[in-house]
Amino acid sequence: MTRGVTGFGAAAAAVLMISSPAMAAPAPPADLASLQAQLNALRSDYEAKISDLERRLKAAEEQVAAAPVPNANVQAAPGEVMIADAAPTPEPVSKSASANAMNPGVSVVLNGNWVATRRDPRGAAISGYALGDETGGLPRGFSLGESEVTLAANVDPYLSANLTASFSGDNEVSVEEAYIQSTALPAGITLKAGRFFSAVGYLNERHAHNWSFIDMPLPYRALLGNQYGDDGVQARWLAPTPFFLELGTELYAGNSYPAGNTSKNGAGTQTAFVRTGGDFNDSSSWLAGLSYLHTEAHDRETAGVAGPDLFSGTDGLGIASAVYKWAPGGNPAEKNFVFSGEYFFGRQDGTFNGVPIRRDQNGWYAQGVYQFTKRWTAGLRYAALDEVGVRAALAGSTLDGLGRKPSAWSGLVEYDSSEFGRFRLQYTRDEADARPNDTLMFQYTVVYGPHGAHRY
Amino acid sequence: MRKILMGALGAALLALGAAGPASALQVFACEPEWAALSKEIGGDKVVVYVATTGVQDPHLIQARPSLISKARAADLTVCTGAELEIGWLPMIVQQSANKKIAPGSRGVFQPTDYVRLLEAPASLDRSQGDIHAGGNPHIQSDPRNMLPVAKALTDRFAELDPANAGYYRGRYATFSTNWNAALKRWAIQAAPLRGQPIAVQHRSWVYLENWLGLRRVVALEPKPGVPPSSGYLAQVLEVLKKQPVKMIIRAAYEDGRPSEFVGGRAGVPAVMLPYTIGGSDQANNLYALYDDTLNRMLKALK
Repeated sequence: MTRGVTGFGAAAAAVLMISSPAMAAPAPPADLASLQAQLNALRSDYEAKISDLERRLKAAEEQVAAAPVPNANVQAAPGEVMIADAAPTPEPVSKSASANAMNPGVSVVLNGNWVATRRDPRGAAISGYALGDETGGLPRGFSLGESEVTLAANVDPYLSANLTASFSGDNEVSVEEAYIQSTALPAGITLKAGRFFSAVGYLNERHAHNWSFIDMPLPYRALLGNQYGDDGVQARWLAPTPFFLELGTELYAGNSYPAGNTSKNGAGTQTAFVRTGGDFNDSSSWLAGLSYLHTEAHDRETAGVAGPDLFSGTDGLGIASAVYKWAPGGNPAEKNFVFSGEYFFGRQDGTFNGVPIRRDQNGWYAQGVYQFTKRWTAGLRYAALDEVGVRAALAGSTLDGLGRKPSAWSGLVEYDSSEFGRFRLQYTRDEADARPNDTLMFQYTVVYGPHGAHRY
Repeated sequence: MRKILMGALGAALLALGAAGPASALQVFACEPEWAALSKEIGGDKVVVYVATTGVQDPHLIQARPSLISKARAADLTVCTGAELEIGWLPMIVQQSANKKIAPGSRGVFQPTDYVRLLEAPASLDRSQGDIHAGGNPHIQSDPRNMLPVAKALTDRFAELDPANAGYYRGRYATFSTNWNAALKRWAIQAAPLRGQPIAVQHRSWVYLENWLGLRRVVALEPKPGVPPSSGYLAQVLEVLKKQPVKMIIRAAYEDGRPSEFVGGRAGVPAVMLPYTIGGSDQANNLYALYDDTLNRMLKALK
C-alpha cells in the first residue's frame, strides 16, 4: 500500500506544480501569447505524466489485490495434500532484535570412524621418509575423528574473520585456522593474515571434511605432513584477464612440518603459486596450477621415532596440479565426475643426524571420483613416491628407503544422505612400509550450521 | 625455481595491473531470465554475461574458475537472491576479490528484493530439506513480477551509469508498454487454465500457480530438494486417485523420471516447462518463455 500512497502524493505534487505557473505575476501582453503556448505545452506534459502515474497506480493496486496473503505455513498451497512427514511445523521464527543479532555464523563438522587394519597403524611409516606429526593412519576400532567448529563473520566493511577450532578425538583442542581477510581491496587483491592452510597444490587448502577420500594421498602425507598450515600472511591477485588467472605468495613463520624450529625475524617458509582454469563446454571444466614451497628446518624431529632423529636444512617442493570436472549439462546434483592429479618434485638439502644429505623426493597421485547417481559416489586413487637412495652412513636410518617404492591403492564408496551428511567406506592397500598393509575404514561426516560454499 | 616463479609473478603484476575497466556496464547475471531483462533495459550500453544455462539447476552450480574471472570484471550482479544461489555465488564473489559486487554494495541487484515473496517458512531447520529463509525464490515463473524488477533495475543502471540514465529510462518505457500488452494477451490465452488442479515435481511454481490461478494438489518431492522414494510416490498416486489432476509440471533442468513415472501410472500428462530462457528450444527470449510455457500447458489440457 506504501506504493499507492506515494503515487497519490506524487500526483498531488504534480497538480500543485501545474497550478503554480497560473498564479504567477501578470506578464506584458506582447509575451502573453508565447507564455500561453509554453504554459499549454507544460500542462499537456504534466497531464501526460499524471495519466501515466494514474495508470501505474492502478496497475500497482491491481497487483497488490492479485497477490495473495503470504502463507505462514511453509509449502502447502491452499488445498494441497501434504503427505505424512512432509507437513511443515508451524512454529514462528523469532524476529526480535537482540544482542545475538550480530553473532558470527557457526558451523560444526563432526566425524567418526571405524577402522580395521592388518597391521597396527600406530607404527606405520613410509620407507625412506622422515614424517611429520599426525600423518599415520586412523586408530583401530571405533574412534571419534576431529570435531571442528568454525566461527565466521565480517568484521567491518573491509575485513572478514574466520576461526576454526579443532577438537581431536583424544581431547586436545587446537586452533586449526584463525585468520583475517581483506574484502574491499582494489584490483583483485586479497590479503590474509593469521594461521591458515597454504594455497599450494590442489588439496592442501581443503579442510578434512572436504577431502575426496578419508585420508590424504601419500605425497601429501610424506612431503607436507598431510597439509601445510602455519602462521603467516598471504597475498592473492586475480588477474583482469578474460580467463581465470590467479597468482599468490605466502610467508610463514616456519613452525610446522616440513619446516621446523625456525627462529628468525623473517620467514621460515615462502611459497608462490599460480593457477589458471576455464570451461571446455557446458559440461566440463578444468583447473591447473603450479606451486612452490621453500622451507627451513633446524633439528626437526621425526614423528613417531624415539630418540634423536633430526633434520636440519632446507626443503624445496614444487607441485604441478591438474583438475578436470564433468557434470552433464553443468548439473552436478545427479551425476558428476572429478579427476585430479598432482606431481611433486622435492629437494632436500642439509644434514640428517649430522650426516650431510642432498636428495630428490618426488611423488604423484591420481584420483577419480564419480557420483554415478544421486547420493552415491565411487572413487579410485593411486599414489606413489619415488624410491630414495641414501648414503652408507645413514643405512638403516629413517631415511633409508630399503630399495622400496612406496605406493598405495585406495577404493571408495560413498553415500550422501544430503549435501550435509556423508557415509564413506574406503579400502586401502598400502605398500609404503616394510610390509604391505590392508585397511578398511568406515567414516561418517556431518556438517551443520550455515556452511560456506566450497572452492572449486 | 623460487626466483623464477617470484619473477614471473612480479612481471605479470606489472603487465596486467595497468589494464583499465571496459566502458560499457558489465553485468554478471546468474540466470538467463535476468540476463534477458538486463538486455531489455540496458540495450547496447551493457555487456551481459550469463552464468548458467536454461537447463542448469540454479541451486547447484560448481564455483568454476570461468565464473570467478567473469565476476572479477563485473560492475553489477543480477542474481535472483533469497538464497537461491547461496551454494555457489558467495564463493565466487569472495574469490573474485571485486568489491563492487561484495555483499551490501550497490553492485548487487537481487530481483527478489522487489517483489513480495511467497511461502516464507515459519521455522528454519535442515530437516525440512532445502528451504529458503526469505521465501520461495522462483519469482520468474510469474511474468507480472518482471515489471517491478525491470523498474528497479532501470533505476540501478541509471545510478551506476548516470551518463546513460535517459537511455535506460527510454528502454524501460518501451519494455513496460510491450510487457503490459503481452500480459493482457497471456491472460486471455491462459483463461482455460484457471482453477485447474495440477501436481508439481519441485515446489518451484508457486508464482506460476498464483498467476494462472492453478490449484496445486500435491508435490512429487516430499521436501524441497529431497528426491522422492518409491513409497512416497505410491502415496502420491493414492492422492491422485482421489483428487485427479490435469498435469504434472516440472522444470527443464529436473530429472523427468519421477513425473513421468507418476504421470504414466495415473494417466496424467507429465509436462516439462522451460522454467527459464533456454529451457526449451522455443523459449529463446523473455516473451517466448511465457508463450512456450502457456502453449505447453494448454496442449496438455486438451
